[in-house]
Amino acid sequence: MNSALKSNNGAGIDFGRALKDGVIVAIIAFALLGPLVGLKTDQNMSNELILQNRLGLAAVLSAIVGIGRFLLSAFVYPWVAARGNRTKAAATLAELEARAKFAKGLSVTGLIFLFVYPILIISLFGVQGSIKWVDNYGVQILIYVMLGWGLNIVIGLAGLLDLGYVAFYAVGAYSYSLLAINFHLSFWVLLPVAGLLAAFWGVILGFPVLRLRGDYLAIVTLAFGEIIRLVLINWKDFSGGSAGISSIPKVTMFGIYSFDVSAPNNFAKAFHLAASSAYYKVFLYYLILLLALLTAFITMRLRRLPIGRAWEALREDEVACRSLGINTTNTKLTAFAIGAMFGGFAGSFFAARQGFVSPESFIFMESAVIVAIVVLGGMGSMIGVALAAVAMIGGTELLRELDFLKKVFGNDFNPDQYRMLLFGLAMVIIMVWKPRGFVSARQPTAFLFKRKTVSGDLVKEGHG
Amino acid sequence: MEVFVQQVINGITIGSLYGLIAIGYTMVFGIIGMVNFAHGDVFMVSAFFALIFLLVLTSWFGIASMTLALILVMVVSMVLTGLLVWAIERVAYAPLRGSFRLAPLISAIGMSIVLSNFIQVAQGPRNKPIPPVTREVYTLWQGTNGYPVNISLKQIIIWVVTALLLAAFWYVVQKTALGRAQRACEQDRKMAALLGVNVDRTISLTFVIGAALAAVAGTLFLMYYGVVVFSDGFTPGVKAFTAAVLGGIGSLPGAVLGGLLIGLIETLWGQYVSADYQNVAAFSILVIVLIFMPQGLLGRPEVEKV
Repeated sequence: MNSALKSNNGAGIDFGRALKDGVIVAIIAFALLGPLVGLKTDQNMSNELILQNRLGLAAVLSAIVGIGRFLLSAFVYPWVAARGNRTKAAATLAELEARAKFAKGLSVTGLIFLFVYPILIISLFGVQGSIKWVDNYGVQILIYVMLGWGLNIVIGLAGLLDLGYVAFYAVGAYSYSLLAINFHLSFWVLLPVAGLLAAFWGVILGFPVLRLRGDYLAIVTLAFGEIIRLVLINWKDFSGGSAGISSIPKVTMFGIYSFDVSAPNNFAKAFHLAASSAYYKVFLYYLILLLALLTAFITMRLRRLPIGRAWEALREDEVACRSLGINTTNTKLTAFAIGAMFGGFAGSFFAARQGFVSPESFIFMESAVIVAIVVLGGMGSMIGVALAAVAMIGGTELLRELDFLKKVFGNDFNPDQYRMLLFGLAMVIIMVWKPRGFVSARQPTAFLFKRKTVSGDLVKEGHG
Repeated sequence: MEVFVQQVINGITIGSLYGLIAIGYTMVFGIIGMVNFAHGDVFMVSAFFALIFLLVLTSWFGIASMTLALILVMVVSMVLTGLLVWAIERVAYAPLRGSFRLAPLISAIGMSIVLSNFIQVAQGPRNKPIPPVTREVYTLWQGTNGYPVNISLKQIIIWVVTALLLAAFWYVVQKTALGRAQRACEQDRKMAALLGVNVDRTISLTFVIGAALAAVAGTLFLMYYGVVVFSDGFTPGVKAFTAAVLGGIGSLPGAVLGGLLIGLIETLWGQYVSADYQNVAAFSILVIVLIFMPQGLLGRPEVEKV
């Protein structure tokens, strides 16, 4: 790769070399894909494994990989190299301000759109037809936006890679379900309780581990996430084991109206509307929207406080922080606890929305999805995280809708299988291509006398 | 007593596999300071390579001798896994050498997700059972209460193969030019480069050697349990990482020692405390070791350079 770059730096396009690259890559790809894709193991009637020959498919895939490599070598790398020479300098202040203005315009438009979205959908598809769009797209995406924003505090601002974020989501979900079922408390009482419990767990887990270096911290948080999940599976008296907890009470509209069909103060009955679960979905949509916006608002305000500044400083250089007298443990702990708290809010919302929780919902892959969203969005950028959540969650939901894909790939085509594959690929590609994410808003938030731009070479993000 | 000895035998067997995988973690960490999160999934893919070639050999070429088949399968799996990891390293890790510290880790997490889901898509989500390679079991002695202490041929194969490969590997690291280059890069990459060591190539080869050892573990895993599934990479991967950390990350004898210890703790915990919480025990060890003795049993304490 490097040699290809160098040879193309000055001269024109070197097709011979690109062709050689492409052929070699295609051969390697076939050596690997040949067995893995080309020879599929299947069980026959008598439960023996047999091989199904798909070498043709493997050859086609390898050829695609080879051609892709050829195009990269022949066109993309020279183009990148040529462009790289031109825009090495840091963006100017004017550019940054223009970008900030664009981002502001985008977020205002986005907000307005988010608030009118259910109304728009109901007027387009009718009350009953709106359920899918409000619930599968709106609520689902907004949960991930909120989780992304919560984790963004930990990863994006404080620079701590937390691979066990889903544990706090689980704490929130189980706190709400257990307390609501056993003590009949309302969602509105339990929401803060769940947040506090999650934050409390954040402190408990965070306190011993936050002295650790970046990658050790990541692994320990992962282990904690798994431990919590395994305990939830095995401690059957407490959590119901892998069967989970069902019939979790719904959220009420502040106790005034209920969404239970049998309740006397049922929302639809009170307003003499046709019974439908759509009202509840719309209510949930606005609830999670407000929760997500609360997360965003608190994060933005915190960034202007000394603690927020300390987080960002910590992300850039931990040693420098310590020598300037910042208590790094407390700073990290606050980030961890606040991030966990938002995870807990989201978790109790999730439990109330599903009406059912089980340890299956809190596997490591879930953490990985949230991390992927934060990473793709450009760690630290709120809009970026939101856009990444929309693209990744909405995009994969949308894949399900596309009927023509079923015609192309056969009826057993299941986009869910490809979802995580795409997530993983996106993570790798983003790290290799744009390590600071798609929307990397890394303007200095604190400055002396006037705003200056800082070159990326001067900071080492995530050395914590 | 009989139960204890039996569990120790089982524990050492599993521990050998963890040790083989842990070497991959520890070598990569030693040389570039990166947690190769995808290593567990590389192990799983290697077991699939082994599975597929075992089927090719037995059903297409009709090889009847299991010994020959196993040796061939192991070699093929080592070569292909090495090639796979070489490609992964070139594509996903090498471009990140100068990037911020968490970048390679995030990329490796992405790669881990890609590998396990790719196998799920390409080979299907179901368990892949193979007929038992051998059923030979030797009874060491009959206990007083009639409980026999057994050792199976599979376990003996695992012990012997692990020991032979560790010896070969030890020779490579200690006596060959490649091993010297590797140790030089571990101590000071810049200085090694100045002295004419091809650092990029050495790092690639480190990944490949780690992958080849994981492939051995993958083949043995398939032979021992007789079944593999796409999600089999995660838990053994985390446990092997625990082994590497417990032994002192960066230390090769430490990785093997850690692997054996984790295997023993896990089986004995499962026998005497609670089988349900077996994995919780392994994860807890990881947490405890990282918090209280991050340098591990045989590792050197890390000095932070500014």
